[in-house]
Parts: sequence; C-alpha cells; structure tokens
Amino acid sequence: MKAAPVLVRVLRDPECLRHLSPAEWDLLLRQARAAQLIARLALLAQRHAPDAIAPQVAPHFEGALLVAQRHREAVEWEITQIRQALGSVGLPLILLKGAAYLAAGVPAASGRSFADIDILVPRARINQAEAALMMHGWATSHHSAYDDRYYRAWMHELPPMQHGRRMTVVDVHHAILPITASSKPDSARLIAAARALPERPGVLVLAPVDMVIHSACHLFHEEELEKGLRDLSDLDLLLRGFAALPGFWSELLARARELDLERAVFYALHFSSRLLGTPVPMATLQAAQRFAPAPPLMRLMDALYGRALLPHHPSCYHGYSALAGRMLFVRAHWLRMPPALLARHLVHKAVVAFKGED
Amino acid sequence: MKISALPDAELRQRLMADGVYFRTGTFVAHLRTRLEQVAASFGLLYSDYPLLEGPYADFHVELAPPRGLRRWLRPQVDFIADGHAPFAALPAGQAFPMFEWGLNWCVSSQAQHYLIIHAAVVERNGHAAILPAPPGSGKSTLCAALIHHGWRLLSDELTLIRIDDAALVPLPRPVSLKNASIDVIKRYVPHATFSPSVTDTIKGTVAQMKAPSESIECADQVAAPGWIIFPRYEADAALSLTPVPRSRAFMRVADNAFNYTRLGAAGFEALKGVVAHSDCYDLRYSVLDEAIAAFDRLASQAGKR
Repeated sequence: MKAAPVLVRVLRDPECLRHLSPAEWDLLLRQARAAQLIARLALLAQRHAPDAIAPQVAPHFEGALLVAQRHREAVEWEITQIRQALGSVGLPLILLKGAAYLAAGVPAASGRSFADIDILVPRARINQAEAALMMHGWATSHHSAYDDRYYRAWMHELPPMQHGRRMTVVDVHHAILPITASSKPDSARLIAAARALPERPGVLVLAPVDMVIHSACHLFHEEELEKGLRDLSDLDLLLRGFAALPGFWSELLARARELDLERAVFYALHFSSRLLGTPVPMATLQAAQRFAPAPPLMRLMDALYGRALLPHHPSCYHGYSALAGRMLFVRAHWLRMPPALLARHLVHKAVVAFKGED
Repeated sequence: MKISALPDAELRQRLMADGVYFRTGTFVAHLRTRLEQVAASFGLLYSDYPLLEGPYADFHVELAPPRGLRRWLRPQVDFIADGHAPFAALPAGQAFPMFEWGLNWCVSSQAQHYLIIHAAVVERNGHAAILPAPPGSGKSTLCAALIHHGWRLLSDELTLIRIDDAALVPLPRPVSLKNASIDVIKRYVPHATFSPSVTDTIKGTVAQMKAPSESIECADQVAAPGWIIFPRYEADAALSLTPVPRSRAFMRVADNAFNYTRLGAAGFEALKGVVAHSDCYDLRYSVLDEAIAAFDRLASQAGKR
C-alpha cells in the first residue's frame, strides 16, 4: 500500500508538521484545498507547530481563517433568524451537522464551513415549519414538479429553502434518512434526546451519541464523497471530543442498534480509527465487530472507502479511485431506495437529461 | 534568473515535462502544457518574469486537450487547476487567453488573504490609482496607455488590497485587450509586445500586451492608495473629471470586489483604509492623450497633499 497522503498523516498526528519538506508543504496545501480542510488545517498548525508553518503557506492559512471567521458570524446570524421563524409557531430549532457543531461549540466546528443549514423538525409539524420559514422570507428554490414530488413523497427533507434576500439555504429534515431507505432510524427518538444549549434559548442539538451516529449515517450513505475526508475528520473530532463522557462508548453502540444504524456506526469507528487514528477503546472496536459485514464484503469496503475517503486530489489517486467512487455512488443509491423505485427514478432522470429540463 | 534565460527549445521541453515555475507578484505559479500556442505566447509575454525551481507553487495549472474522441473532430482545450477543470472546455485556438483567465480565477478564488477588486491599478510616485469598471468601459485600454507613459503597472484585472494595512500589492501580468482597443493600443504604443489576436472568444477578439519589464522588476514594491477613478470611454466626449463622494465610491468599489462579503469585517476595514486615503473621481474620456494628461495632473498634485 502507498504511504498515507500527507494531509491524512497531519490529521493523524499534527506534530509531524514540524518535519515536512518544502515539497510536502506544497502538497499538503493542495490536498487540503481539494478536501476543503484548509481552515481546519490552519488551526491545527497554529496550535501544534506555529513556528514550522512554511512561509509560502502562511498567507493561505490567514485567508482561510478570515473566511472561516466570517462564515461563523454569518451562521450565527442565520441561526438567530431561523430560531425566530420557528419560534413564531412554537417549534424549537434543532440543528444538525455543521451548524450544530458550531452552536454546541464542539471541536468538530473547528475551521468547518458548510453551504446549507440543516434542521430537524417532527414529521407531523413539517408543514408548519415550512409555512413559518416562508413567512420569514425563505422559499422553496426552483424545482420541477417531479423533483418536488420526489422530495415530498420519498425523501427525508423538504426541497431546500432559500432566503429571498440573503440567499442562504435551509434544509428542513423530518428524518435523517429517506423514507425509502432500508434502515429506518426513528427521528422521534432523536428529537426526544436532543439537548438544549444553555446559552442559546430555543436552540437544540442532538445528544452526543446521536450527533456521532448522524454524522456516521450521513457519511456512509453519501453518494458523492468529494468531502468524505472532511466528514471523516468531523467524526474523528466528535469521537475525540466525547470520548471522556461517562458511558459514551457503550451507549454509542446500544444507541446505534436502537436507531437501526449499526453498520454505519461500525464503518465510522473502523475507518476513523484506521485512517485518522481516532483513539477508540479496543473493547468498543471489538464489540462493534459484530456489526461488520461478512469478510469478503468487508474487504471490498476497505478497498472502496480506503480510496474514496482520501483527499480528492491527483496525488492521492490510485488505479481504481474512480471505479471506487462510482461503486460507492451506486451503493448509496441502493441504500436510499428499493430497486424498483430506484429504477423508476433513474429512468426519469435519464429522460430529463436527454430531453432537457421541463 | 528570468524565463528568457531558457532557450526556446528548453522552455518548450520544460513546459511539457515537469512544467515551469515562475513568480508573478507575490505568487508563484506552475504551468505545464504540451500546446505549442501556449508555449509560444508564454515565451513571448513572460520572458521577463523570474524563473524559479519547484517544488512550491501557489497555483499549479495545466492546459491540455480534453480526453475523448472529440479532440480529433474539433480540438478543444481544458484549463486544469491542480487536477480539476473548473470551466467548460474552449476551442483549442483560445488556449492562451484561457491560461490568462484561468490564472485570474486561481487568484480571485484561492488567495483570500487579499481583498480583491475587479479593477486595474497603476502607480506613480508611490501612489496608486485604482480603476474599477465594468467590462467595456475602457479600463484596460486606459491602463495599457498609462503604463507606457510613466505609470507603473500593478495589475490590469485584479487589484489586491493587503488586509492588515490596505497597501496595494502588485500582480503585474499581461494586459488583456479586446476588439477595437487592440488596434488602438497597437497604434498608441507601437513598441509594445503583443500576443497574436484570438478571434471569436466569449469576449470577442482578444490579445494580451506584455507588461513593461520595469513593472515586473518592481513587483515586490507595494503602493499606497491615492485615487479611485471610475473610467468611462465615450466616443467624442469631452474630458471630464468629477469628484465622487467617498461613501458612494466605497459602495461602488465593494460592488466590484470578488470576496468582499466572504471576508466580512476584515474586508470592510481594508476597503475603508483604501477609500479614506483616496481621492475619488468619475472620469469620462474619448482621447487617450487627454486622459493621460488628467492622470498626470493628479499625480503632480499628490506631492502637495
């Protein structure tokens, strides 16, 4: 096997920044740009090896940190606005993913940027949430009638809603996986366990184990893995951040079973410890083994994710990288929909692509 | 060592093999290509730029024909920034303009440590004149004329404002001329070097004019803000220079910035620093000589400020 890409080595062990050659610094910046991890890397370098940062790279770090800072401020503002909108109909704001990391102040927020804000509302109140957001300036962005029906009938979220003036996008979820997926995590359980943030009245985030499980569920059902390494790094930081909570590791596995997401959680523990050296207790890794697929499939997944989770940069491409990406794309679709529905959906998309958008 | 130190054959050989590293302003760029047209124009317009050894570059770019059968039917070219092609392929004949546009894209999308304005910027006696303008306003034409009449080229397209102190940082690259202004400038500055004109691009006919070698040599000298001038070419118009209130100029420059909103407070402070130290004008002109005389008057008054 080839040596791990320099970005992966640095995420595993930031101290190795002290010993990089000029060529490795060059490659590090390029891989971090491809993986959308420059700001996170900049913070890591400032903390662990401030004196070792190559002078040519330093300005790029400064720029990335300025942009990240501005992004945080913009998201803070957006959170306040969405909370007010939902508050008008008595709904609390439950944040997911990037916005949740930021609001909760967990280490996974470090240098993290994201395009949309993801929120979770009870399915029974999804229409109310949509109406409240519309009253406050968000509207469903343009979609064909088919897309609209596709979202509303089969997906776990509304079509993305964009704010008319600020152009920011909210993804309103009522579940964390499509209705059509074979795993059926019960979002009522997630909502019941969500935690209030003392310094942000009306804003909640998922409980620590659920936050990890959702992150795992998202990454290992994802069809495009361009940001795969960033998401794996999120998982790594979440696990490191929560590792010392009493009972965290045993609760994680029990909860994964409750939510019907054992396989995704197994992959999360397996790949984050393997690739990024996440300190998962041996007992947990062993206990998670029973959620692993059969050995031939496991070997295939090791080969596929082992490639697809590396930075999407030419320096990390192996012979089969493109094939691995395509196979995981098919797998993700397979997990999202039963075969007949998938076939119908793909035929429709192919016809649209052929005839042009209606 | 300058790129001109490489014999033609060696330059081509290097461009094809490991690529050429060169400095432009504060950036190091790394270009690889097998395309003869790019090599020829690059050799012509970049001969005065410092040649560097790798391995570090801010931008790693390549111009290459896309894969697939099409290349035999209708040759095309891709601009590839570190392995990814951010734009649709263009006809092969547009490869060199595409290199220039692509490198601009690299700077404006990846160099977030500067506030970047879509504007030409030239300097005299340490003070810079920033010329923000929408396409078609005669900004590049004016810039090309000024830099051969006593003004130093900082940049024709991308004004880089340093975040900490609002200094203007040079990025001297070829000046991009379009349509009628190509012949206007060829007549006005007959001794300048031009790349061959390329027709039928999305911007019409384009040609690049080589940056003056003194501007390239002084690329490490920043300039202080002096003027913000919104130029507008109008056929047969009499020259007019109308003061613009600073508040209004601020908004108009922010509208022309690539990353003003991305930088938030830091971008605001940097732009504030520039505007506070600039006299701001609307310039209407039809005759280059008159416009240059107006710039020179401003420069001579600057000493007395």
